[in-house]
Formats: sequence, structure tokens, C-alpha cells
Amino acid sequence: MRRLVWRAAELVGSTPETATARTLRFRVPGWPGHLAGQHVDVRLTAEDGYSTQRSYSLAGPADGEYVELTVESVPDGEVSPYLTEIMEAGDQVEIRGPVGGWFVWRAENERPVLLVAGGSGIVPLMAMIRTRRQAGSRAPFRLVYSLRGPDWAYYADELRRPDPGLDVSFLYTRTVPEGASRPAGRIMLADLAEGGWPAGHGPDCFVCGPTGFVEAAADLLLALGHASERIRTERFGPTGG
Amino acid sequence: MGGFVSIISRGFHGRRRDEGDRLPPGQYLVEDFPVLSAGPTPRVPPERWEFAIDTEAGVTHRWTWPEFLALPQETPTVDIHCVTEWSKLDTSWEGVSLDTLLENVDTAADYALVHSYGGYTTNLPLEDLLDGKAWIVHRFGGEELQPQHGGPARLLVPHLYFWKSAKWVRGIRLLDDDRPGFWETAGYHNYGDPWREQRYEGD
Amino acid sequence: MTAEHLDGNTLAGPLGELFAVDVTTATGRCANCGLTGPIGSLHVYGPDPGLVGRCPGCEEVVLRLVRGPGRAWLDMRGTVTLRVDLPD
Repeated sequence: MRRLVWRAAELVGSTPETATARTLRFRVPGWPGHLAGQHVDVRLTAEDGYSTQRSYSLAGPADGEYVELTVESVPDGEVSPYLTEIMEAGDQVEIRGPVGGWFVWRAENERPVLLVAGGSGIVPLMAMIRTRRQAGSRAPFRLVYSLRGPDWAYYADELRRPDPGLDVSFLYTRTVPEGASRPAGRIMLADLAEGGWPAGHGPDCFVCGPTGFVEAAADLLLALGHASERIRTERFGPTGG
Repeated sequence: MGGFVSIISRGFHGRRRDEGDRLPPGQYLVEDFPVLSAGPTPRVPPERWEFAIDTEAGVTHRWTWPEFLALPQETPTVDIHCVTEWSKLDTSWEGVSLDTLLENVDTAADYALVHSYGGYTTNLPLEDLLDGKAWIVHRFGGEELQPQHGGPARLLVPHLYFWKSAKWVRGIRLLDDDRPGFWETAGYHNYGDPWREQRYEGD
Repeated sequence: MTAEHLDGNTLAGPLGELFAVDVTTATGRCANCGLTGPIGSLHVYGPDPGLVGRCPGCEEVVLRLVRGPGRAWLDMRGTVTLRVDLPD
């Protein structure tokens, strides 16, 4: 291991995910690689020397000196509107990482995996899905993705494409598409009972999202009999945007 | 940082860094009221609330919620400055001056250790609580003080960084010797004067 | 009690400035209640004015980390031991 250092990162491209979220691709010379689920710290410095930093989850698998982040623009935020609306290819930030060895999935792990995402909590879980696919892992995955409505889905096309061994269920909390059998609403026991694994399979559970969502989902998993040591959580706090 | 030339993010300006004689060095202005916490928010029902002052001689003075509300109330309007660099101007509060609470307390102590429901502590010289400089407040902006801002009652010492204005205040121990509190033992300045920018130990 | 806390993994970056191993995967023992578990499972409050890691069992403070310009303060008085797995 090594201590963390800040590295220059140049934006090489970006793609919109939703009306308010954007995936940013950076080239980071010297990047040491990373595991699915890890995050990075991003530092921005203004011309007058003022600087501030934020944490973001990595959205993709290790890819040489490239890293991808998906950033949701927070209204009146200080950093996220810059990253999603102002920054252009060729502009630079500093990135340090990867950090976090706890909320990670490794491709050599063959246990069943249950991913539970609330809103932008999908990002580190998507890194796990992509890492699984890239590695040709046969670990069976299920994703339960709670979001406001179909228009808020990140990676929508990719998640709807068939991916053998991955089952995806979308839960909408406010707006449901026409003909949907499940009414709009917050995550419930039945959602995790149907979209997840029986506790007897002993899946590794990864839950990521806003604090309230993570609390609710983790409580439901415990109620379904999942062992607390198999439930790993990552809460998004007040980021200050 | 560290004297190296930083990477500049073209077009990034960051939040507004205000200047003006009401803002201490390094502070910026906010209109909202940020919430910072070092632990879970305690919920203290008024019937269980009490405030106590313990003297260096071991004498305790206590006030229940109705007794506290029956004391003469003041309505200070003050500027507050958080060590995390935000300042908020003209905040209006209602509560009891520490001069009132300490009026009948017999003490020769030099220091105060403020302690809170939830376990938080902060220290300051006793003289910084006197002469109209500090209050125990229970209303903010004309309304009951909300739990996330320290309700039912918090200390208000606006001439020091705001971490000294302990939320969920439960009591004050008067001491002959200074005893650093929660943040003061973890790198923050022992006194915390915003105008001298005493943020960290050694500043 | 309400708890708007984060998870211990949020400590990985800040502690990574200090340590050459990932401390969030190390196992700590709470000095107050004796609960053992990974630092990554702590309830973390902050990041400002400092990071406060609390025991998920008893909510006592297990560690505190304050980062100032050019220096950091780490207080681990709430941790009895830290077990770090290392390759031989």
C-alpha cells in the first residue's frame, strides 16, 4: 500500500445520464487501479487559490489510467454544478484515491450478491456489476434499484440489456410507467423478498443511498433474516453539493 | 497546500468569499443555518430537562424548565461565526443571560466546562460568560429552538467560534483549572477568537 | 435520537493520509462496550468540524480526526485495539 496523494486529472469526455446527472471520464496519469465500490476525493482549486473537495464513488471497473464518476448536480451546490455543467474536456481537477476497502466487491468472490440502490446510490453498485461482467464472474447478482421514476434512472439502457446472471428490478417511489403492477412507493419487505435472495443463500448485501433509504433497506434485510455481517452499507450524507 | 503549485480548475470559482468589516478573516456569509454535529441529536423533553451549575466548592444550583423560563429573558441579536468558515449575521435569540444565572452563585473559579446532553463538552474562561457576553437560549428567530440547532436550549457565546456555543446544554462546571473540551482536545484552538482566527491548536 | 450519520468507509480517505494500510478494514474494539468490528462499520459524523467515529453498538466515540492546514489530529482513546491484517 501507499499513502494517498493528489494526482492531476484531465476530463476526457462526459455523457449525460439524466437531466441532472452526468458521467465524467478522467485521465489520471499514475492511477494505481481500484476495486468496485471504492470512492475518490476530488479537489477543485480556483484561480485565487481557494480550494474545496468532495467524495464521489467510482462508476466503472479498473481501466488503466482512466476513471469514471457519475455526479448528480445539487441545486445551489458549490462543486457538482461545476462538474456537471461548466467543466469541459481538457479542464483539470485533482483526484486522490482509491479509498475504502470495506464497501467493495472482488471478482474472485463467487457468493450470490444482492445490490440495493437508492437514487444515486447506484453508482458504486454499477461498478460492481461492470466489474463482474468484465471479469466473466459467475457470481449471481440481483439489483434492486429504488428511484423516483423512470426518468431518473442512471445507466438505464445498460441495465435493461440482458446480462446473464444479473437480475434487475426497478422500484419507483413517485412516478410509475403505465401498466406497472407495483404502485409508486418506498422500498418494502416484499420488494427485497422478491427482488433479492432468500437469506438461506447467504448473499453478500451491498446497500447504498441516502441515509434514510439505507436505514430502511438494512432494517428490511435484517427482518428477512440476512446476517448483519453480510450487509454492507454506504450512506450518502449531506455533501454540500 | 504544502507550497506546491496546485492544479487550477478553469472556470471554478467556488462559493462567494465575502469581505467586509463584520466578517472575521477567512469567513464567508451564509443565509441558511448549517447543521454540524458530532453525534446523534439528543431529544430532551422539557419535563426531563434541567440546567445545573456546579461550583468548584461542590455546590450545585439547578433550574427546571419552568424555573428557567421564569427568569428574566433577553433577546440578543448577534453575528455568529463557525470555525468551518461560515458566518451568519443578525441572528436573533431569546434566553437567559449567564449574568442572571450566575448572580447568586458563589465562586472564585477562573474556568468553565460546559457540558451537554449527548456528552459534548467545551471549555472557556469564566469571564467570557459574564458581562452580557453569553446566554442560555431557547428560541431562535422567534420560534422554539429546534433540536438540530440545540433545542431545547443551547449556550450562545457569539464572540467565540460557534463550537463554544454548546448545543443541548445541560450544565456548567466551574473550575480552578482549565479543562479542554471535546474539540479542544482534538486539535481545535483552546480559546477560539474568530477575529484572531484562532481555529486550530497553535494558531 | 435521530442519527444523520455516515458509514465508517467515509474515513478511508482521511485516514489514508495518515496510514499506509486501509484502516477501514481493520478490526477495532470499542473501549466502552467491548464491541468488535471493522472501522468501516462505525457510525461517522462530520466531516466538519471533524470526523467523529462512534461505536454502532453504544454510540460512544471510538475515534476523532481533525484535519487542519498542513496537519491532522487523530484521537483513538475510544479504541482498545486495532487488528490489522497484513501479508507475511
